[in-house]
Amino acid sequence: MIAEAGLAALWIAAMLAALQAFLGLGSLKAGGEELLRAVRPVAVAQAVMTLGAFAALMWLFYSTDLSVELVAEDSASTVPTLYRIAGTWGNHEGSMLLWVTILAIAGAAVALLERRLPERTLAATIAAQGVIALGFFAFLLFSSNPFARLDIAPAEGNGFNPLLQDPGLAFHPPTLYVGYVGLSVAFSFAVGALLTRDVGPAFAKAMRPWVLGAWVFLTLGITAGSYWAYYELGWGGWWFWDPTENASLMPWLAATALLHSVTVLATRDGLRAWTVMLAVVAFSMSMVGTFLVRSGILTSVHAFALDPKRGAFILVLLALYIGGALALFGARIATVAEGNRFDPVSREGALVINNLLLSVILALVLIGTLYPLAAESMTGEKLSVGPPYFNATAGPLALILVAVMAAGPAMRWRRDEIVAVARRIAIPAALTVIALVAILLLAPGLRILPLLGLTLAAGVAAASVAPLWKRNLRRTPLFTWGMVMAHLGAAVSLAGMASESAFTKETLIAARPGETVSVGPYAIRFAAVDPVPGQNFTAVQATLIATRGSADPITLTPAQRTFDNPPQTTSESAIATRWDGQLYTVVGEPVPGGRWQLRLWWKPFVTLIWLGGALIAIGGALSLLGRSLPRRKVVAESTGFARFG
Amino acid sequence: MKAKNQRLVLALLALVALVGAVLLGMSALKDQASYFYSPSDAVRDHVELGRTVRLGGMVEKGSLRREPDGVTIDFRVTDGAATVTARYTGIVPDLFREGSGVVAEGRFTAPGRFAADTILAKHDENYKPPELAGNGMHETGSLKR
Repeated sequence: MIAEAGLAALWIAAMLAALQAFLGLGSLKAGGEELLRAVRPVAVAQAVMTLGAFAALMWLFYSTDLSVELVAEDSASTVPTLYRIAGTWGNHEGSMLLWVTILAIAGAAVALLERRLPERTLAATIAAQGVIALGFFAFLLFSSNPFARLDIAPAEGNGFNPLLQDPGLAFHPPTLYVGYVGLSVAFSFAVGALLTRDVGPAFAKAMRPWVLGAWVFLTLGITAGSYWAYYELGWGGWWFWDPTENASLMPWLAATALLHSVTVLATRDGLRAWTVMLAVVAFSMSMVGTFLVRSGILTSVHAFALDPKRGAFILVLLALYIGGALALFGARIATVAEGNRFDPVSREGALVINNLLLSVILALVLIGTLYPLAAESMTGEKLSVGPPYFNATAGPLALILVAVMAAGPAMRWRRDEIVAVARRIAIPAALTVIALVAILLLAPGLRILPLLGLTLAAGVAAASVAPLWKRNLRRTPLFTWGMVMAHLGAAVSLAGMASESAFTKETLIAARPGETVSVGPYAIRFAAVDPVPGQNFTAVQATLIATRGSADPITLTPAQRTFDNPPQTTSESAIATRWDGQLYTVVGEPVPGGRWQLRLWWKPFVTLIWLGGALIAIGGALSLLGRSLPRRKVVAESTGFARFG
Repeated sequence: MKAKNQRLVLALLALVALVGAVLLGMSALKDQASYFYSPSDAVRDHVELGRTVRLGGMVEKGSLRREPDGVTIDFRVTDGAATVTARYTGIVPDLFREGSGVVAEGRFTAPGRFAADTILAKHDENYKPPELAGNGMHETGSLKR
């Protein structure tokens, strides 16, 4: 019953999405204003129905209803409760349902909360949101139905991927999806504004909180995903340039660029066409990412043959939406009144450079991610593009971007003098030089990227707090705090990356229990190996006692878990976090002589990578608070059309 | 500068940046991308020694040997036609075993001798490096993702 109810709710939601698109577009016509009043409840009802379907699937997973194909295939009654619930989105159909649920909620949120946008643009925006939702509902219903029943329910399910049985599953995918799909709002805003030809500061101010919100979640999701991969995979790495990771990085790069350009549009009424374009590109990247991950094409181009319907379906959706939005852009953008011009030496000038660099990095990541697919489908040649490509191309550009980040906030809007800017960033610049000399003296022989990374991190950290210099901190607006925090976060994260890459110490050894090995500043006694039972696995667990100087010894228990349904072994790393880094330990196989493989890392300041990510997200949240608290005067002032243009 | 001209300049700038990105990307790809070799490719193409590449094939049955240090293994990677000797120091992923597929990242130290830095593990149950898909190796589980 519950599965059928869920499916019915999904169908109703899909029809409501169609109705929403119809009403929204209809209200654009002369005399259609009445329809706009109806469109809001429709959007809300659509969200409620989708949520209902999602709750139904969650219940099926929680209660392990094995007559549902998806549950039988991706869960089992022996799976721990947390993963029976979070397992709802640990598979293709469930995660697409989560995607659509968030899309519907985002649409309802726009319909309920958006008050700044002119009525007509709002109607067009809600219509666009309905059209997007309709496509993805169709995808779910026709090629990824999560509620399909089996004729005969098996006695037990196939179990749940052990690698995903981690608390990270409860947090990372939903956060990331809120970010991915939240960008659909920016996309719909752009389409709406193009339909009504109403691009200006008012539009930018209305769009900014939505972009900020999505971007905060995207940042959190990527940060959490990176940390999850770091501790779960047991490889000691935090970013692998895996296509799945790139799929989340690309929307983030576009959203970061959009976040900055939308500020130029809001403050100075410049970059109109560019901002609209970025809003289209950002969500397009989300959809490309979804296509890459969800079509199975990542595994191989051959996956198309396995399930051609699914991959082709998303590809058609992609072509329709991205192509449609770009066509609309091409047709309408010439008629959008021109924005303001500005001086090259100015805040907006620096933001243009920021946008160019982010776009170039985005293009490089996109090329690197799609190249193997393109090459294989065209020439049949199998090849892969790995970290050497991405590090060599995106790395240097990211460093330049960070350097620009130090100077940008020190510049004034409209027009500035180079000498004055130089004077304002003199102290951070001096600190950068001091840091460079200090690093060269203290740690000679560093490779160029870590060296530049550490140096720039010091300079940018100083420059990012400079906007607070000599200000009354209590009267400093929240969005300034947000900017300071986010830029500081980027510096902190960069310092962590550079430090991890430059100073990591590794020990790999086969040791007998009782032996002591050392890694970095730690002496580690291999105390014992014991079998330990778990709820749905058995583990072999090593006990390591690490001491450094006179500090209290730390006990670490890395393990190998053997699951029997499905049969798979996962390695559970044990990590001890100290203020100056992490001790990361992995236990491997037994080898002859009563020995066990141990892999130990000392990673100085590696935690800064994710701390920086969290700071960036907090910065975004502060900005969001600062921007969405009522500031009626400003809103009333701008009417939507250019005041200067 | 008039607004119109500035818009033109900005558009040009964006175009230059994107063309630059594509050129930069393509030139880097030329160096880095043809980066996957089967043993036959490696023997035929004389892969430059010391360059980071991926080697993919099957771990030959009976070829796996463990060094006395307990963490170094030697094995042969084969694709039926050619064979390369590989050495790896580290903890191998769970699905690494004789007779099953492997992708190793590392470099050739001499023709036919490969030093692996990484044995690629799977990101999840169904993940396989693209090079290995479709040839029947590495088939595990039936879980969808």
